[in-house]
Amino acid sequence: MIYSVAALPHRIAGAFDALDSPHLNGGQQLAVKYFAVAVVLFLAQVLFGMLSGIQFVAPGFLHGILDFNVNRMVHINAMVVWLLYGFIGSIYWFLEDESGTEIAGLKWGNVAFYVLTAAVTVVVLVYLLIQTGPGKDASIWFINEGREYIEAPRWADIGIVAVMLVFFYNVAGTFMKGRWSGIAGVLTLDLVALAGLYVAGMFYLTNITADQYWWWWVIHLWVEATWEVLVGCIMAWSLMHLLGARRKIVQTWLYIEVALMFGSGILGLGHHYFWIGTPDYWFSIGGFFSALEPIPLVAMVVHSVYDAGVHNFRSRNHPALAWIIAHTFGNFLGAGVWGFMHTLPQINLYTHGTQWSASHGHLAFFGAYATINIAFFYLAAQKWRGDVWMGGDLPGNGWKWKWALALLNLGVMGMTVALLIAGYEQSFVERAVGGSTWEGYFAAQNQVWFKQAMHWRLLFGLVTTGGVVLLVWDLLTIGKGESRKAPTLSEAA
Amino acid sequence: MSANPPRWSSEDFWKKVAIWVTAGSFVILIVLTFDTLSKTSVGGQRVRSYSVINQEIDYRFDDKQNRYAPVIGKDEPLFGKPLSEAEAETLVDLGKKTVQTKNCMNCHTLLGNGAYYAPDLTKAWLDPGWISAASRETLMLTFLKDPERNARTFGSGRVMPNLGLTDEEARGVVAFLKWMSAIDTNGFPHNFKTLNAQVQP
Repeated sequence: MIYSVAALPHRIAGAFDALDSPHLNGGQQLAVKYFAVAVVLFLAQVLFGMLSGIQFVAPGFLHGILDFNVNRMVHINAMVVWLLYGFIGSIYWFLEDESGTEIAGLKWGNVAFYVLTAAVTVVVLVYLLIQTGPGKDASIWFINEGREYIEAPRWADIGIVAVMLVFFYNVAGTFMKGRWSGIAGVLTLDLVALAGLYVAGMFYLTNITADQYWWWWVIHLWVEATWEVLVGCIMAWSLMHLLGARRKIVQTWLYIEVALMFGSGILGLGHHYFWIGTPDYWFSIGGFFSALEPIPLVAMVVHSVYDAGVHNFRSRNHPALAWIIAHTFGNFLGAGVWGFMHTLPQINLYTHGTQWSASHGHLAFFGAYATINIAFFYLAAQKWRGDVWMGGDLPGNGWKWKWALALLNLGVMGMTVALLIAGYEQSFVERAVGGSTWEGYFAAQNQVWFKQAMHWRLLFGLVTTGGVVLLVWDLLTIGKGESRKAPTLSEAA
Repeated sequence: MSANPPRWSSEDFWKKVAIWVTAGSFVILIVLTFDTLSKTSVGGQRVRSYSVINQEIDYRFDDKQNRYAPVIGKDEPLFGKPLSEAEAETLVDLGKKTVQTKNCMNCHTLLGNGAYYAPDLTKAWLDPGWISAASRETLMLTFLKDPERNARTFGSGRVMPNLGLTDEEARGVVAFLKWMSAIDTNGFPHNFKTLNAQVQP
């Protein structure tokens, strides 16, 4: 028994080593490991999302075993972590290619992967089995911090920062050893901000206003600033790699996006400071700058469609390009349009804390982040198989990737619209008429339109789940037995 | 494309713009952060001192500001016992910590942030659901300690699970909720009619 436990790390490492492929460089081998865990967490996200969705329709479901707060926490945490795994993997994927040299300290990068994955496993097991603790510091350190999105206990926070430092060392060290580029510079500085901001969420405060003030520094400045820029870097590299877009054009666009993204996103943080006790000058600052936030997202759509068009949609990986196009539109619609719809304080007074936010959250996280990670999964699958053909005329006309794309987009869009209807209903019935009392809240929840919306959300959740399962099946099988090679692209005009 | 593209379309120009815009926005954010944190420190006009739980709290429409605002009234000590600022802080702190460690935020919203499966807690202390100021404290404690047997589902079927709160934790949560209801949230939630407004229209 003791022997088998002691041998466990080796066995796990052995299982991950089975993912190695002779067609990949060192960074890409590590990236595939990150992608594999990301896919498992993606499945967990969808599973726990379904459980939460069922509880809205049948409140007694799993009551006292896996209550809504547990399911919902695992749902959103699995999402945050799988997206981060996807980003980290994507960067390891192109690091050697972009820098022209081998990764500095790759061994430590591998160790960090196993440490992070072990920590994530323990955190999730504690969430599921222990769930909550007494109102003491020890609970915050070892069970659950109880702050939405960053519930991970403090010990795990410290571990995450340590792993991020190793990751940062890999990235910065590799570029220093090899060659710098515009993408490299933006990426390195963005990672400093990404790791630094996380520290803003690592202390306890009794003053809930100050607590939420800093909490939004992490959530907003991650999701609406540093993550978007990170995705900008990933996009820039993908467009060169997939389409043969010119570096000069891609990098100029990247700088424009950074200027617009940070120029609107940093002070756009103000839209979270309308109602938490902070001064009312945030109405004007938050309203104005968050109204500008969709602009970089429009720029990204223009940029990617223009580039794809210039190259006549000729690409070396059709599923990846399709997901990148889904990304630009999803980002614009979910983050840009859906965000703008309720960002002005005059409207937000009635929509804040309703399903309106859930509607925006679903489409934005999917459109902005899930899509680009999925695109990278396809790039990885292609190279993993030996840089095989993934253009048109795939076996079965590529029905699996096409249906996965269709089901996922339809499913998420359906959930988004259902939640939006529920949000509208809540804004009127609970907020405007009911004045947000508990009676007003439940009047809105018991209203037939709200209930119908929750049924539709569940149905589209099922469609999404079908899409994810099909996607995983496709990722595991696409390119198997393919003998044609992917075409080589030269950097076109 | 012409051989000499205009300066505004060059990579170098946008690199500089990106750096200046980012740095400028961040500096403004830092300045605003200092200002906001000083204006929201405990004991100020926006976030009241913890000992505000010794007083009556209400939430009414303020004509001058044209929005709802908290109103601090006469003495009304929580659980009938006036507390010093330090004692009040200890109790509110226990409540805040309990709210975090019991993961309340993944069903409820606090100041409108959190999950949407259960009601917002921003003005929970003032909710007309507690019937009257006289019955409120007892009802809140009984509910928090056994929410399943004392379920308040308003016909929704959603029962709060029993989270095993101790007596002291339950009192802490009530203190925290009372203190939070005194925060000036710029008029959110709008049109909220408190328990007092129901009794004295």
